[in-house]
Amino acid sequence: MFKFEKLVFGDMGWGDEFLIATFMTIAVSICSMGLGIFIAIFAAWAKLSLNKFLKILSNIYTTVVRGVPELLIIYLIFFGGSAAIMSIAKAFGYYGYIELNAFTISVVAIGLISATYSTEVIRASVLSIDKGQFEAAKSMGLKKFQIFYKILIPQVLRHAIPGIGNVWQVTLKDTALISVTGLVEIMRQTRISSNVEHSPFTFLITAAFLYLILTTFSGKFFNFIERKVSKGFV
Amino acid sequence: MQDSLIIVNFFQIFNALDETILLLIVSLPIGFIFSIIFAFGRLSKNKFVSKTISIYIFCIRGTPLLVQIYLIYFGLGNIKAVRESIFWILLKEPFWCGVLALVINTVAYGAEIFRGGIQSVKKGQIESGMALGFGKISLYRRLILPIALRQVLPTYGNELILMVKATSLISLTTYMEMTGVARKIMATTFAPVEAFVAAGSLYLFLNFLVVQLIKFLEWKYNPHLRLKN
Repeated sequence: MFKFEKLVFGDMGWGDEFLIATFMTIAVSICSMGLGIFIAIFAAWAKLSLNKFLKILSNIYTTVVRGVPELLIIYLIFFGGSAAIMSIAKAFGYYGYIELNAFTISVVAIGLISATYSTEVIRASVLSIDKGQFEAAKSMGLKKFQIFYKILIPQVLRHAIPGIGNVWQVTLKDTALISVTGLVEIMRQTRISSNVEHSPFTFLITAAFLYLILTTFSGKFFNFIERKVSKGFV
Repeated sequence: MQDSLIIVNFFQIFNALDETILLLIVSLPIGFIFSIIFAFGRLSKNKFVSKTISIYIFCIRGTPLLVQIYLIYFGLGNIKAVRESIFWILLKEPFWCGVLALVINTVAYGAEIFRGGIQSVKKGQIESGMALGFGKISLYRRLILPIALRQVLPTYGNELILMVKATSLISLTTYMEMTGVARKIMATTFAPVEAFVAAGSLYLFLNFLVVQLIKFLEWKYNPHLRLKN
């Protein structure tokens, strides 16, 4: 039933494959988290802007992506991503065949999902800044850019870290779903190994442990960062 | 032509809506009841019980739902003792594996939510309940639980939406609910957008219903917060 001896490193076991798969999971998580925050900054700005159209657009984006299962979004990008890119390329006069690799598809899909959560975190942390601070900054004669750079950004960063930490945990766990695209991360490696060794239980327990280690240590890391940046603020 | 594909897909996926709703109808009430029980277990003075439950919550919240589903669907069948027990009648069905996985997952999150609600009941209220001569059980039944439940309604509503979304993962255990059908359509017709629109709008509709239900419950159980006309 258990074949934990198959987890050794080298040609006899799956240890090194699992190590590489873990790094792949981390790489996908970090890339999609980065993409997510990048999109989220614009989406949060659109949500807070006075432009009605941008506001509605960004609200539709977050509502739809958060209301639809992650797996469905991954399928949409997996089956439709290449066609979408090719039709965009066609508009620019390129008629060749473009195929997205699994890594890009995964990062885009998970990034789009994680962006919706980051948007709410960033929006909330912008709103948590007291309005009086902007008024004070204006009355002191700070320019718009200076207010943004010296008043808004430092405080938003500090307020957003706990929320971003939560989004990171969700993103990390969402990467398990991208195994359907064929990218060899922990879940895909688990399926491959258990099909070869006919022992799904062993490898699934291994996968669960790996995820547990990843979430626990990244949680500790975010706690550390949070304590560090909120030094002096209670 | 494309329009008709949307309509055909929509009805194919619509037929699979029953399967999704069936999963929810079975797993939500079980999950709700066990969440409350586990929340009390987490708060219990018995160190062993509270420690065990907090380890359980830690393990479930730290691993993806997909791992849990696979562990139950592929992993349990791997153990001989399970295959020979009476539970195998249920566990060989992907539906019951899905229900089990969803319940195990939601209880971990739900227990934490309810624990927060129970702990948020003010001490003064409990003390005044005791002063009025409530027994331990009626203190919980008439005072702590009603306050705690209405306190956590918005948070638990979020968890319910996550559950609706989580049912899509059961499609990976060959149980053909909406996402499974949508995947099949995408893979065979290469028209991913149409299938996505059909399935997505149905999921949005389900989530809309959940939000409305939670809103109604909030309105019903917070009569003191309603605007007086």
